[in-house]
Parts: sequence; structure tokens; C-alpha cells
Amino acid sequence: MMRLDATSQEATMQHLLPEQTLHAPVRIRIPNRRATLIVAMTCLLALVGIIIAGVILAPEAARTDFSQKSLPPSLAYPFGTDWMGRNMLARTLAGLSTSILIGLGAAIASALIALILGAVAALGGKRADFIVSWLIDLMMGVPHIVLLILISFALGKGFWGVTIGVALTHWPSLTRVIRAEILQCKEAGFVQVATKLGRSRWQIARDHMLPFVLPQFLIGLVLLFPHAILHEAAITFLGFGLSPEQAAIGIILSESMSYLTAGMWWLAVIPGIALIAVVILFDRLGSSVRRLIDPASAQE
Amino acid sequence: MPRYLAEQIVRFLLLMLAVCLVTFTLVSLSPTDPLSTNVGSAALASMSEEKRAALASYWGVDTPFWERFSHWFAALLHGDLGTSLRYNAPVSEVIASRALNSLALMGLAWLVSGMLGFLLGILAGTHRNTWIDRAVRTYCFIMAASPTFWVAILFLMVFAVMLGWFPIGFSQPVGAAVADVTFLDALHHLALPAITLSVVGVANVALHTREKTIDVMSTPYVRFARARGMSELQIVRRHGLRNLALPAITIQFGQIAEIFGGSVLVEQVFSYPGLGQAAVTAGIGGDVALLAGIALVSAALVFGGNLIANILYGLIDPRMRERSAERPLRETPRKPPVQPDCSSRVEDVQSAEPRSGKLVQPERSLGSENADEEGALS
Repeated sequence: MMRLDATSQEATMQHLLPEQTLHAPVRIRIPNRRATLIVAMTCLLALVGIIIAGVILAPEAARTDFSQKSLPPSLAYPFGTDWMGRNMLARTLAGLSTSILIGLGAAIASALIALILGAVAALGGKRADFIVSWLIDLMMGVPHIVLLILISFALGKGFWGVTIGVALTHWPSLTRVIRAEILQCKEAGFVQVATKLGRSRWQIARDHMLPFVLPQFLIGLVLLFPHAILHEAAITFLGFGLSPEQAAIGIILSESMSYLTAGMWWLAVIPGIALIAVVILFDRLGSSVRRLIDPASAQE
Repeated sequence: MPRYLAEQIVRFLLLMLAVCLVTFTLVSLSPTDPLSTNVGSAALASMSEEKRAALASYWGVDTPFWERFSHWFAALLHGDLGTSLRYNAPVSEVIASRALNSLALMGLAWLVSGMLGFLLGILAGTHRNTWIDRAVRTYCFIMAASPTFWVAILFLMVFAVMLGWFPIGFSQPVGAAVADVTFLDALHHLALPAITLSVVGVANVALHTREKTIDVMSTPYVRFARARGMSELQIVRRHGLRNLALPAITIQFGQIAEIFGGSVLVEQVFSYPGLGQAAVTAGIGGDVALLAGIALVSAALVFGGNLIANILYGLIDPRMRERSAERPLRETPRKPPVQPDCSSRVEDVQSAEPRSGKLVQPERSLGSENADEEGALS
């Protein structure tokens, strides 16, 4: 196998040597961190814009106009109109803002549960750790959607059913991260030193551990949104979430199902793409925040 | 190994007990009135007071929670899951008749998404930073961001309504007698839901395999193989596949919860008569017994998947056995093994899989493959 043909030799050379350029091509370059910051701010502004627009447009979204029904996308109605002549652009924005707000509430609640349980598991001794990890196993053991159906069934469907359902099902992964962070922090030199210096446990938790865990917590919080929103949309789509009068994205999509065979493609396609865009915006926001505040990946 | 299995069985029983308890609590918390859901509110209104009281005691309205739970649980241990309200049949029968449809759908989607994801992951990992890699990553990213039911609607619209390649729903032709349904018919109806579920489920395996492929392709043995003049394809076949298959398989076994969740949505969109659709019908129609039964079945499926994943990890990969053996020693700081290439990278420390090499600082030498991008600033 010692034969070296030309292509594999070339591949080997390419592999071994980093690309060497004697002079870098001149180009304007925005520093990494500033670029990341710009991305994060843009995402944040876009999301806030969607929320505000949705709240303002809510009355417009519910207005029916039967002279303008079932219109495909046009300049006057970029997203078209539905079978009741409602403006789909306004409806989609209103639906997205409802979904974002629910996702926001649920994700924050979920992240707080994760923070508390993670801290209890890491600091509360062996038994607490066992109980928390068992709870995590239990939550992970039932598919999310089934659990969401159960919870919203228990709470009588509707707004609170979805919000509490999403809040109660999304904490396990973040809890694991926070538990690991606190455990790592406990072993760290500065905590050992602080203990030896006689600082109380509360002081150590507040002054040393909280700043250590906070970045992971924030990142985890932002990265929970996409999941929360997707699950909110899914459960609403299945008929367990918000009631049909409310313009939620899941409602819009489940209503569009009845008009698929009528060829009204825009009812399903455009709101769906808008939802994906929101999810991607949140994801970008999350990974940008991670790059900004997580020292390990700050320079990527 | 027997010890491990015994432990797992105990864990399974405990977990199932907890799932029973949680499910039952949730279901009995529900504000739906057992009388009006079971009898119908119109019939209830026309009933006499005594009859209503008799029915209330029959459905156990005033019975304390623990008593109801123990009744249900005792029946469960005898294999009796109760009677489904919506389907008017024993829950176990409803589940059994639908499980076949669901398992066919999930099994097919599970296999196809696993293999497709594996191939895409290897392709992306070996062609790192080329357009192939970028395309695969973009695809995975978009699939992870899109709601399963929306993709299902889209596919239904394009392939069933516009192109007419597939039927619009159900698991067999509408109006045909059960005896006339051929295997091909069933497959034809199964195809589009399964394709949808596979296409959505690819992301996780693909991205994971991509990471692993990049790891493997920067190891010393792969470099040595290159030095001997092996082509990339040969390297992947002889050195890559064995190392990559196991993590992919275990990831895929862990995916079962996701696939089940996805199947609920997909079945709903395609009106495919499976467990997921039954769960939705039960939840909306207040069919308590069926809902609880399906929750138990799904939990058992997920647990089975995770168990298989754990056993595979422990059994097949000799390094895992070694690793668990050396775990007690991890506290003592070991000297980082001298590695001229950077097989341990920053991302690995953060990856979910615990690594014994955590103490190894990411070392980079100029000649290594990763230096050009990751080490550019160090």
C-alpha cells in the first residue's frame, strides 16, 4: 500500500499544510465580536418588532371582509386573504406575537424551574441529586407531545393549559446543564478558597456561583424559546391550545388544512415560513449571545 | 451484565409506576365532568336526580383519589386498561389495532431517517467547509426549525394534492373492504407520512455524525492511512464507518421520543389511524382511559429505546468499558497525554458525552488540519 498516486499525495499535502498566503487580500473586516453583537441586536429588534406589530394589528387581524375573500397574495395583501376575507399578513403577525409571548412566558418559567432544580441537585446532597435526576428521567421518558396533551387535558385546554404545559416540560435539558455547571464550580479553586476563608454558603452561592452559572442560564433560556414556540404551535395545531378566535399560528395552520384541496396554498405556506423565520431568529439570537458571553467560544 | 439488566428492569418498573401515577393524577385533575362526557350532556339533563346520583357513584365521582388509583392500577396489573369511550372497545384492543399502523410508520421513519442522516453526516464531515457541508448544515438547521406538522401539510399539498402521487390520507383506500386491501395499498398510504417523518428526523443524527466524522478524520490513524495512500473513500469505509456507526445508532435509539412525538402530528395531518391520532382524539374527546393507556405505551417505547442505546454503548464499544472502569481515578489530575494533533477540541468539552479527556487542554500544532480555522487566533 505504499503506492502514492498524484491525487492522494496532493490531498495529503493539502491536509498537512495550512493555507499559506504571503499577503492577505485587502478587505474591510468587522471585528468578530462586533459582528456578533450586530447579529444579536438585529434579531432582537426583529422579534420585538413582530411582537409590537402583532399587538397593534390584532383588531385588523380579526376584521372580516367578505368582498375580499380567498385572494391569493398580492400587493394589497402580501399574504393573501382567507375564506372570511381576513388579512393574512395581519393574522400571521398577530398569531406570531401571541405565540412568541406564550413561548416567552413558558420559557422563562421553565428556565427558572431548571435553575432551582439544577441548584438543588448540585448542592442538596446525594439524595436530592437522585430525586432530581429521576424526575428528569421521568420527564424525558414520555414524549413531549404526549405529555403536553396530558397536561393541557388536565388543565382544561386553553391558554393556561398550553403555557403551563410547555413550562413544565422543557426544563430537563437545561437542568442538566446547570447541575453540571454548579458541580464544576464547586470543584473550582476559587470556591475552595472562599470556603477556607470562612465565607458562608449563601455568600459563596451569591458571589461566586451565580456569576459562574448566569451565562449558561441566559443562553439556555434563549435557546429554549424555539422549542417552546414550536411545541406551542404543535399543541395548538392539534386542538389543545388556544381557542379558534385567538389568532395563534397553530390555529391558522390547522384551519388552513380544510382549504388545502381548494388550492389555497398561501394559507399554509406563508404563515409556516414566518414561523420558521421566528424560530431561526431566536436561535441566531441565542447562539450570538452564547458567543458574546461564553468565554470558551468568544473568539469563534 | 445480568446485574446491569436487573438494575434496568427495576428502573423500568419504577419509571412505569411513576408514569402511571403522574398520568393518573393529570387525567383526574381534568375539569371535564365524568358524567357529562360519558353520558352526554343532553342525556344527563333529562335524567332524574336519583339516576344521576347512581351514575355518579358508578363513575366514582366522590371516591377519594387513592382509592380510584388503586382500582385502576390493580386492573392495569391484570392487563385491563379500561374501556375506551370514543372507540367503544377495550383500550388494549384499540391500542393493539392501531399500534401496528403506528409501529410500521415509526419503524420505517426511524430506519430511513437514521440511514439518511448517517450518510449526510459523513458526507458533510468529510467535505468540511465545502458547499456540500454547507448544504447539509443548512438543511438540518431548517428542518430543526420547522414544525413537523407544517412540513407534513406542505408535503400533503405538493405530493398528494398537486401532483397526486400519494393518497391524501388514511391507511388504506377509502371504501375498499378490508380483505381487498393489498400490501402495496398499505405501503402506498404509509409512504408519504413516513417520508415526512424521516425528512424531519434527519437533523440530529446528521449533525452528530458530522461532528464525529470530523473528529475521526483528524485522528492519527486516519492521517497514517492517508500517508499510506488510501483514498478518502477507502478511509471512510475501513476506518470511519466502524467508529461512526455506533454513536449514530445510539443517537437514533434516543430519538424514539422525538419520532413518537412527530408521529402524533404527522398522523393527525394525514388522518393516519395510529396511536398518535388516537391520543389526540382521546384528549379532545375526554377519553380518559385511552389517553392514559397511550401515555403508558409511549413511555414504554421510549424507555425501551434508551435501554437499547445504553446496552449498545456498554456492550459494543470497548472504550466505554475502559472509561467507566477508570472513572474513579478521574479526580486525580493526570498529565495530559502528549498529542501532536488536536483530537480534543473545545466543542468536545461541552458535548453531552462525558469524556475522560476533559483535563486535556486543547493543544494545537501548526501542522494540524484544524489549525487553519479554529486555531487562527490562538
